[in-house]
Amino acid sequence: MSELRTQGSGDRDHGTAGVDKTDKKGILAQSEYTGPGALPPAAMDHRPRRSDLDPKAARRAERQIAAMFLLSMLMVVLFIVAYVAIDPQANIYIPVLGLVGAQNAALGATFGIGVFLIGAGAIQWAKKLMPDVEVVQDRHPVTSSAAVTTEAAEQFERGKEESGFGSYRIIRRTMIGALALFPIPLVVLVRDLWTPSSRFEENASPAEILSSTAWEPGLRIVTDGGFQPLRPQDIPVGGLVSALPANIMEIQKEVHNLNERGKSAILLVRMDPSEIRSQQGDGWDYQGILAYSKICTHVGCPIALYEHRTHHLLCPCHQSTFDLADSGNVIFGPAARAMPQLPITVDEEGFLVAASDFQEPVGPSFWERG
Amino acid sequence: MGVVLLLMALVAVGGLYGVATTSPSTADTLAVGDQTQIEEGRRLYLEGCSSCHGLNAEGTSSGPTLIGAGAASVHFQVATGRMPLAAPGAQAPAKKALYNADEIAAMAAYIASLAPGPAIPTAEQLDYSDADVAHGGVLFRINCAQCHQAAGGGGALTQGKYAPSLMFATPQEIYEAMLTGPQNMPVFAEETLPTEDKQAILAYIMELQEAPSPGGMSLGRLGPVAEGLFLWTAVFAALIGAAVWIGIKAR
Repeated sequence: MSELRTQGSGDRDHGTAGVDKTDKKGILAQSEYTGPGALPPAAMDHRPRRSDLDPKAARRAERQIAAMFLLSMLMVVLFIVAYVAIDPQANIYIPVLGLVGAQNAALGATFGIGVFLIGAGAIQWAKKLMPDVEVVQDRHPVTSSAAVTTEAAEQFERGKEESGFGSYRIIRRTMIGALALFPIPLVVLVRDLWTPSSRFEENASPAEILSSTAWEPGLRIVTDGGFQPLRPQDIPVGGLVSALPANIMEIQKEVHNLNERGKSAILLVRMDPSEIRSQQGDGWDYQGILAYSKICTHVGCPIALYEHRTHHLLCPCHQSTFDLADSGNVIFGPAARAMPQLPITVDEEGFLVAASDFQEPVGPSFWERG
Repeated sequence: MGVVLLLMALVAVGGLYGVATTSPSTADTLAVGDQTQIEEGRRLYLEGCSSCHGLNAEGTSSGPTLIGAGAASVHFQVATGRMPLAAPGAQAPAKKALYNADEIAAMAAYIASLAPGPAIPTAEQLDYSDADVAHGGVLFRINCAQCHQAAGGGGALTQGKYAPSLMFATPQEIYEAMLTGPQNMPVFAEETLPTEDKQAILAYIMELQEAPSPGGMSLGRLGPVAEGLFLWTAVFAALIGAAVWIGIKAR
C-alpha cells in the first residue's frame, strides 16, 4: 500500500560523513512519484548535519552521548549514596523552593536527572548519528474494502432475521420496558442521602429535616471552638464570631452525626446600626449584631471570608458574594438566594440568644424547597 | 512654598491647642517622659499621616479616623510598612517600614493619647511557649483559615483585596491584627477570643512557619489550584519545549 523511498546520506561508516551525492533537494522529483491517489510530498531542502560532513563533529557527538549515559550511571550511584548517607529528618534551604527535606530533594533530583539523561542520550543519538533520511509514506484509504463492508452488512441482516427481533413484537416491547424501568431503584435510593435523625418524627420527610435547625427561641449562642456564651458587649464593631447553638454537643452525642452542627453553624458580625441598610426581618439584629447562616446557599460551602469595611461575605468555592449590611443579598456569583438570617436577642442574663429558628431552610437549594 | 509652610505651622499650632484642650484627661494621667513622646508622635503624625487621616486624626475622605484606633493598630500598620500608603489601591501592601521603632512608638503613643483603643500586646500576652498547638490549629481553622488558608499562605478576597500570607508575620503583628482588624480583617476581640486562644493560634502559626515542606516546592501551600496552575504553565511549557527539541533536526 505505501511506498517508502529513501534518499539523502545513505550508507555511512561509523562516524564517517557520507557527503550528499545526489541533488540538493533531497527528495525525488515529482515526475518520479507514482503513489496511488496521493498528493506529491512537500518540497523540502535536505540539509546535511554537521556530523554528516565533519568526522570530528561526529566523534564529538559520540562522546557527548556516551557522557550522558555515563552521567546517568553516576546519578544512580549518587541516589544510593543519598539514600544511605542523608538523614531522612534533615532539612535544607534551597532558594525559590524554600525549606525542603534534604533526602527527598536528593533522591528526586538524582533519579530524575538519571532517567532524563537516558532519554536525552537516546534522542541525541537518533538526531546526530543515526541515518538522516526523509521518508515519504502514502496514506491509505480509511474505509474497509467493499468485500468487508458487504460481509458486515450481510451479517447484521442475518442476525436480525435469526433473532426474530422484528417478528416477536411482545418480546421486543417488554424488553424495552424492562430496560426503561431498571434505573428506578437507583433513583429511589437517593432518598437515603439524608440521614434520619432521632430529633425528628420517624416519618419526617427530607424537606422537613432540611428545613429546620437546632436553633430555637431562647437558645444561647456560643463561640465555635471555645463554646463560650456571648454578651453583646463582647463583640466590637467590625468583629466576627463563628458560633453554634449552646446545646450542639449534646445533640451530637444524641444523633451520632454532624448534620445538626452543619445546619446550625452561624456567623455573628457587628456593624454600626446606621450601616445596616436592610435585614430580612424587623429587629432581627441586636444593637447592630447580625447573625447569618455560615453555609453558602449555592452548594453549601462554609463561608467566613468577611470584609468588615465593605460588609461583604465571600464564598471561597465559587466566589458568591453576599452583602451582610443589605439582608445578606447576593451581589456577585452563582448563589441564587440571600444568606438566611437568624433573628437574635438577649436573655434576662444578658447573653445573646436566638429569637427563633431560621425562617427558611439554610444551605443549598433542594427540590422540595418552596 | 512659604505660604504652605506657614499654613502647616498654623495648623500644627491649632491642632496642638485642640489636643491640649480636648483630651486633658488622658494626657494628665501620662508621665512627663510619655508627654514628650506624644509630642514627638504628634509631630511625626502631622508630617506623615495627617494628609489622609486629618490634622486631628478625625479622618478625611481618603483615610479613616484614627481616634480610638489604639497603639496596636499604629504599630501594626507602620511597622509592617502598610502605612504610610504608597499609592491608593484596593489594599495597602506590606513593605519596608519607613519609621524606626522609636518613631513608631511615639506615633502609637500619640494615637493612644487621643482615645482609648487596643494597646500594644505585652511580652506576657505574646508568650506562646505554653500554648496548645493542636487547639490553636482548631481555632485557626474556625477563625482564620477561611481567608488566610489552612496553612497560612493567604488568599484572595473581593475586588482586588487579599488576605496576606502569614509566613513572615511576627507574633506581635499577628496578635495586633487580631486585636485591631486592619483593613478588611474582622476584629477578634479578647472577649470572644481570649488571650490563651490567641496564644494557641500564635503557636500554630509559628509551627507552620517553621514546618519544612517535605515534598519539595510548596507553591505557597495554596493547595491543588496552585499545583494545577504550575502543572498547566511551567510543566507543560517544559514538556512542549522537550517535544520541540526532539522534533527539530540536529545542526
